[in-house]
Amino acid sequence: MNDVNVSLGGLAGYRSGPTAGPEIDEAVFTIEDLSFWYGGFRALRDITMRIPARTITALIGPSGCGKSTFLRTLNRMNDLIPGVSLSGTVRYHDLDLYGDEVDPVEVRHRIGMVFQKPNPFPKTVYENVAYGPRIHRMASGKGELDDIVEQSLRRAALWDEVFDKLDQSALALSGGQQQRLCIARAIAVGPDVILMDEPASALDPIATLRIEELMYELKETYTIVIVTHNMQQAARVSELTAFFTVDVTEDSQRTGVLVEYDETGRIFTRPSQQRTEDYVSGRFG
Amino acid sequence: MTTPARADGYLRVAPRRRRTERITRGILFAAALLSIGVTFAIVLSLADGARSFFSKIPLIEYLTGTEWYPQFEPADFGVLPLISGTLLVAAIAIAVAVPIGLATAIYLSEYASDRLRTPLKSALEVLVGIPTVVYGFFALTFITPTIIRRLFDSAGTFNALAAGIVVGILTVPIVASVSEDSMRAVPRSLREAAYGLGSRRMTVALRVVFPAAISGILASVILAVARAIGETMAVTIAAGQLPQLTANPLEPIETMTAFMVNVSLGDTPVGSIEYRALFAVGATLFLITLGLTMISNAVVRRFRQQYE
Amino acid sequence: MSKIAATPQVESAVRRRIAQPPARASERLFQLALMAGIAIALIFLVTLLIQVAVRGIPGLSLSFLTDLPSSDPGKAGVGPALVGTLWMLAGVTLVAFPLGVATAVYLEEYARDTRLTRLIRTNIQNLAGVPSIVYGLLGLAFFVRFLGAFTGGRSIIAGALTLSLLVLPVIVIASVEALRAVPNSMRDASYGLGATRWETTRRQVLPAALPGIFTGVILSLSRAIGETAPLITIGALTFVNFFPASPTDSFTVLPIQAFNWISQPQAEFHDISASAIVVLLVLLLSMNTIAILLRRRFEKRW
Repeated sequence: MNDVNVSLGGLAGYRSGPTAGPEIDEAVFTIEDLSFWYGGFRALRDITMRIPARTITALIGPSGCGKSTFLRTLNRMNDLIPGVSLSGTVRYHDLDLYGDEVDPVEVRHRIGMVFQKPNPFPKTVYENVAYGPRIHRMASGKGELDDIVEQSLRRAALWDEVFDKLDQSALALSGGQQQRLCIARAIAVGPDVILMDEPASALDPIATLRIEELMYELKETYTIVIVTHNMQQAARVSELTAFFTVDVTEDSQRTGVLVEYDETGRIFTRPSQQRTEDYVSGRFG
Repeated sequence: MTTPARADGYLRVAPRRRRTERITRGILFAAALLSIGVTFAIVLSLADGARSFFSKIPLIEYLTGTEWYPQFEPADFGVLPLISGTLLVAAIAIAVAVPIGLATAIYLSEYASDRLRTPLKSALEVLVGIPTVVYGFFALTFITPTIIRRLFDSAGTFNALAAGIVVGILTVPIVASVSEDSMRAVPRSLREAAYGLGSRRMTVALRVVFPAAISGILASVILAVARAIGETMAVTIAAGQLPQLTANPLEPIETMTAFMVNVSLGDTPVGSIEYRALFAVGATLFLITLGLTMISNAVVRRFRQQYE
Repeated sequence: MSKIAATPQVESAVRRRIAQPPARASERLFQLALMAGIAIALIFLVTLLIQVAVRGIPGLSLSFLTDLPSSDPGKAGVGPALVGTLWMLAGVTLVAFPLGVATAVYLEEYARDTRLTRLIRTNIQNLAGVPSIVYGLLGLAFFVRFLGAFTGGRSIIAGALTLSLLVLPVIVIASVEALRAVPNSMRDASYGLGATRWETTRRQVLPAALPGIFTGVILSLSRAIGETAPLITIGALTFVNFFPASPTDSFTVLPIQAFNWISQPQAEFHDISASAIVVLLVLLLSMNTIAILLRRRFEKRW
């Protein structure tokens, strides 16, 4: 798994271009000239990129460069914050994600999210995973619901550890198990995309490794976009990497911009931008 | 089961879920608006009743008259005796509540160990939880005979002092908890700076924490005054039914609130002048306490900026 | 001093010395003054409770709880008053609890920071400070007279509605605190799964906030059943010699009954007034104990 990203022969259809990013055939997200404001503060400027299906795309960059903000625009989680606005377009398959007809609630049904700090509900393991299918009425009976729960837990590589604890409190699980539970919970609603915001940063190294292995399995079925502070992690798991950084404007506003977006191997060994090179070689950030 | 879904044209929520969401939002909003409706209703009831009173009795006579005898022929409607009775009781109450309340607050915030804190705060909660009828009972059956009449032969069975004392005690928790919150909000760094310069606890408490928390402390006192002015049952039972302008706490008086209770107890026909007087006095009471509450909020806002 | 060997005895000797700095006289006096102040309040509280108990307990009996009041203090009881209090308890729970929680949910989960929202919040704070007798005037003008045809005038319904409005701000404030204590990560997780606001509130936030809300409701109810003035104002009778059977009947409550008896000059009436007070205090104590037990039970589960 560690050096898969260096030789890209197996990934058909990827051709690298200039800084506009790699050209890809089946794009799940098409983002054009996206800018994002929290009130009067511009957090992102003119982001343009396309994210392909069933791959792992990593977003890296120094603190405060807007990676999490960008991730949250992909499933309209930022809508929950008052006073935000954006310009540009975010297309999900062929659909304008911010169009008037689109309901953010349904968006989040298709585009799921796993958070930095594991946040299982204060309920049983079973109830945590069953919550999503319940509200979306995905099962017509207890039997079907049980199946969904079991399948989700299996896919999250957690079933073997909790099958006999389904009725116990989710908060009694270890940190790594809780995070895998959150992944199972997200999988249970049948999404197309899973967004992960630094999913392993609160976990110990062994739990982190298990999450990374899990991601590798999950990408067969789901498109994964992951924000990470850990460059080695990005190098390990992702096929594509996008490097964000902070531009300081004349009036001392710190705005996030996309510097380079390419195959992961190239970003880490032969980046085409100096700023990228500075960051990945540890010269700053 | 979990085959990834494709976007099918538009991502719309099932109409039933959307409808439920809209309906519940409407219901909850209506509930919230109700609270504004309550204020309207209060203001309307008081204004309407007061208006009907002042259509018979000139405002000047009400505000400046020194005799209050609504049942007499001819009746007198000067509200000053009621206000003076209310203020007399309130003054005594504050004289009791502020020292005790502040002592409690300072002790809780600067001296008390964690083990002492919980029982002390529970005791304060008990003081708040006791119905005011009980305070009135205690004032009449214990404080007046056992304490006041032993000290002062001239004291009547009903007097402002007994009522003032119990109202003071029941107001202690207001002063204590608001002041304590205010003192605890003073940052540790300020205290540590003083200790670091070699101050003792008393100095730190009085010269550092107290002034820093002064806005909250002042606010607590104003709130306590408002509470004392609005207190009803303790004064009705123990302070008397004799409206008179006096500063002697050993005499019986009648507060605004006691008058309102006594009118309600009697067979006051609707539309009679006493019935209308009930609302006029009620409106006066409401305006005074509302004014005090607003002043208290303003004090907190204004002084807090200076401290920070 | 000789060298300090690391024996426990010497260590504890050093420790003890640090913990007790020499106290100046003024510091000691100050601390004493503070404690004296607190002691006065505590002595007052204890004396009050003892005096009430001493005068009231001898008069307690089963017949006292069920008898009608009478002009003979030896035969009088708090039956109707107790029933009236229970009616009030039920009525206020039915009305104020859902209204208060709904308002709090709107303010914390749905409302945006607009002028209207801030107005609602300030308004609730102000309402909490209005003297209870003013609520009585509201009840008199609105529930007794204006809506007299529906409520039956000076009735249980009017009383329960008046008390509900009185405790509504308290319930709202307590519920808002309880909702705020629920961590945002729970809401994020639920929204992230594609839940609507109401689904998130109903299935995750409210259940988590329930212990705090219940405590607030029970405290408000305790306040409500101790209230006398607003009910006198709306016309709850002081002498009720029947048991109210329907919501449109007139009624009385325990504190009013106690007030009635303390207003009589004879000492025997003062005694049974104390007995009525004891009944009321026992009721309050039970309610608060239930509140504490409920809260502990809910908090232990997760």
